[in-house]
Amino acid sequence: MSRRWILWTPLVVFGLILMLVLWGMNRERDDFVRSQLIGDQVPAFDLPPAVAGKPGLSSADLAEGTPRLVNFFGSWCIPCRAEAPQLEALAEAGVPIDGIALRDEPAKVAQFLDQYGDPFQRIGADRDGRLQVLFGASGVPETYLVGSDGTILAQHIGDIRAEDVPGLIRAWKAAP
Amino acid sequence: MIAEAGLAALWLAAALALLQTLAGFGGLGDRLAPLTGALRGIAAAQGLLSLTAFLLLIWLFARTDLSVLLVATNSHVDKPMLYKIAGTWGNHEGSMLLWVTVLALTGGLIALMERKLDARSFAATLGAQGVIALGFYAFLLFSSNPFARLSPPAAMGQGLNPLLQDPGLAFHPPTLYIGYVGLSVAFSFAVGAMLTGKAGPAFARAMRPWVLISWIFLTLGITAGSYWAYYELGWGGWWFWDPVENASLMPWLAATALLHSVSVLAARDALRAWTIMLALTGFAMSMIGTFLVRSGILTSVHAFAVDPERGTFILVLLALYIGGALTLFATRIGSVRQGAPFHLFSREGGLVANNILLSSILAIVLIGTLYPLIAEGLFDEQLSVGPPYFNKTTMPVTLVLMLFLAAGPLLRWRRDGSGSLPRKLLLPAGASVVALVLLMLFAPDAGLLPLLGLIFAAGLAIASLVPLWGRNLLRTPLPIYGMVLAHLGVAVAAAGMASESGFTQERLQAVRYGEEVEVGGWTVQLLGLDPVAGPNWTAIEARVLARKGEGEWILRPQSRNYPSPPMQTNEAALLSRWNGQLYATLGTQDQQSRWQLRLWWKPFVSLIWLGGILIALGGSLALLGRLWRGFRARYTKRVQEGFA
Amino acid sequence: MKAKHQRLTLVVVAAVALIGAVLLAMQGLRSQAAYFYQPAALLKADVPPGQPIRLGGLVLPGSIAKAADGVTTRFSVSDGKATVPVTYRGIVPDLFVEGSGVVATGRLDAGGVFVADNLLAKHDENYVPRELGNIDREAVISESETLIK
Repeated sequence: MSRRWILWTPLVVFGLILMLVLWGMNRERDDFVRSQLIGDQVPAFDLPPAVAGKPGLSSADLAEGTPRLVNFFGSWCIPCRAEAPQLEALAEAGVPIDGIALRDEPAKVAQFLDQYGDPFQRIGADRDGRLQVLFGASGVPETYLVGSDGTILAQHIGDIRAEDVPGLIRAWKAAP
Repeated sequence: MIAEAGLAALWLAAALALLQTLAGFGGLGDRLAPLTGALRGIAAAQGLLSLTAFLLLIWLFARTDLSVLLVATNSHVDKPMLYKIAGTWGNHEGSMLLWVTVLALTGGLIALMERKLDARSFAATLGAQGVIALGFYAFLLFSSNPFARLSPPAAMGQGLNPLLQDPGLAFHPPTLYIGYVGLSVAFSFAVGAMLTGKAGPAFARAMRPWVLISWIFLTLGITAGSYWAYYELGWGGWWFWDPVENASLMPWLAATALLHSVSVLAARDALRAWTIMLALTGFAMSMIGTFLVRSGILTSVHAFAVDPERGTFILVLLALYIGGALTLFATRIGSVRQGAPFHLFSREGGLVANNILLSSILAIVLIGTLYPLIAEGLFDEQLSVGPPYFNKTTMPVTLVLMLFLAAGPLLRWRRDGSGSLPRKLLLPAGASVVALVLLMLFAPDAGLLPLLGLIFAAGLAIASLVPLWGRNLLRTPLPIYGMVLAHLGVAVAAAGMASESGFTQERLQAVRYGEEVEVGGWTVQLLGLDPVAGPNWTAIEARVLARKGEGEWILRPQSRNYPSPPMQTNEAALLSRWNGQLYATLGTQDQQSRWQLRLWWKPFVSLIWLGGILIALGGSLALLGRLWRGFRARYTKRVQEGFA
Repeated sequence: MKAKHQRLTLVVVAAVALIGAVLLAMQGLRSQAAYFYQPAALLKADVPPGQPIRLGGLVLPGSIAKAADGVTTRFSVSDGKATVPVTYRGIVPDLFVEGSGVVATGRLDAGGVFVADNLLAKHDENYVPRELGNIDREAVISESETLIK
């Protein structure tokens, strides 16, 4: 029966569609805008201090010889509160962390650090969100791993969760 | 307690669905045959139980029982009553419960009403219906329980997407669901026919009312959805070729093809395998549509909560049902006896052409809808497919389809050797020529597609009336009137679409108080702005004066803010005249205290939805005619038996 | 016509029509599908003016300006590496702000300016922790996405 195969074509077509949507469901789904700067040098910047008693942040600080994390946060950002304990844990493990406070006011930043802990060595104030764009970040919180020569090595989108901490420490230790 | 009672009803209904499956498919062999006798009762009871569960959920929403998770996440104490009730199915869980309730009720109706089918096909059909219901019960009970409790109870409730707070939309999903479920019934009939090998006119006549019901509701649902998008989104368009819209269009295309092929099967016993294939396709499309909407694998402008787990569940059901049925098709269709042959130049031939063209449009829409996925999977490219693609590809096929639509009903069954077709088409062709001349005189630069659309629509409008020519209008059967009306509706809708795309005029301007704007022969003036407040929103409302000749009207477009959840919407204001609609939306204020005003004059745009309503009305007439005929036949038979 | 031949004819006609539809679709897709670019990729890709595309990125702070007509908005979309100027004629809602993510549908004009037909503003500057659960996520999803046209 040469015509038999034709009866199976609907099933085959359906199977193909099914495979397609199955793949579509299991693919890496992120609607995040990924930074285009991974592998590049940190853009040149010099931010004033975000809070009294702590130095601001400039691109030179990020290329001074040790790999470090740069964390974008805001006192107005709720997930940032959720990730505060994890940043503390990272700091305790010896990872140097710098902060960039987005569209924030010194008093509010101080209150935020008071309430949720302060793992940061330096905190720069990004008043209009320009640096966020220069880093290729689109949301808060977001964390970057910067190499000892000031190269952006990795981007973590969203809040850092407890299970992300060991991986981040490993990545920091392995960083050049 | 109410929530627990609802859950219990749902579990009982699921158990009955299992019983119905066993009894139904058992009817094919001999061992479980005794159960088959109870089938009608089982199916009816299952329908009642799921209806009970659904009514209980409505009750929970009506009294805003915030100890129920679903109510807390989708309702709010301050919400108007209509939207509290509509909120029942304005969310994933509730809409799935509605789905399965309609399904179970239809199963009950089939069980109580169906008399045309032989016992084995009847049992197999109800068995298939049971399997489908069972899958959805499992879905509800294991992954989307609508009656889950929230502890501690919420204080106010989360609210409902403000875009969905609209009386039209409150009834939109139920309408579409009845359409989808009707297709599942056709699917069950087709599975039953494949299992028993009986796919003749009796099968077609048993299936036809359900296909008609499904098709009527899908037509209404799409028409209403399009109108909703038109005035609620405030973008001036009436169809955006968005995945969610395509998800409702594709089942409609399949149902339209199925409706016509079922008629051929019922009247002439031809196109057996094709009809079964279309019945499977129709349900497959409604499932794929539901899946695409619910799983969120395609980005849509219509907001829907996305949940991969639920998507997977629907996908598994889809694979089991459609995959199973298509396997059945491949292995069993050979045993379905060949239908009656016909000449290609005949009514059957015309209907086959209609079927093939509709299927082609369906393929084009399906490919376009899935292509972003294909491109990402195969070529790792991100892209979107929008109106330019869909318009460019579907319009030419639709125009050809309109030609066949005009000629097909004028052909005779089996073989048209009379040669009367050219004579019958004389008047429609004349109408097209008149339309062409008028357009050339008054609107020569409307663009090719709108021009063709209007010319074809004129011809089709006349052609659709020709079947009534020479008939005794009082003794013409209702289904003929139904066909005439539905085909006329297509012409009317097509004319509206062509006119809207060819002649719409748009103005976007920042205006001060008192400043005048001209659009499409109207003079429009912004008089002032007023703050207004609704039950759960506040808005700035513009007073816009529209003048044309002697007439003066006030339009009130709004820019609305909802606090819970926070969202801003633009409410368009519409002014309907006999020859079109004036459409106004209000934008934001600029630094020089001017307000953005966006205005459209859309000639004859209402014809689009009027056409949709005519099509649905035609379907309803056909359905009434069929039901009445069946009722009369049964009644006559009973009277005769009474005399005997 | 013999029944068997007829069935074959119908199958062949249907198959030809469907293949025709697929070819039509393919041809339409080749010319009409709107590819998605970020600014750096767009500058590299050498897209001809007039071709429908989508542009995604961040609204550069300080770049939003309204033209004198009160209805045209000019701004720049950036991905940190490159910047593309955009003009949009239409009603821009509240949620479209500097620093927010945006996806614009439109085409490049001859001068390299992206002319947008509509804007999808993504107000995602607040990533939501997944464990916050159903309630907040749904509220935030509806809050965070709005479509502008």
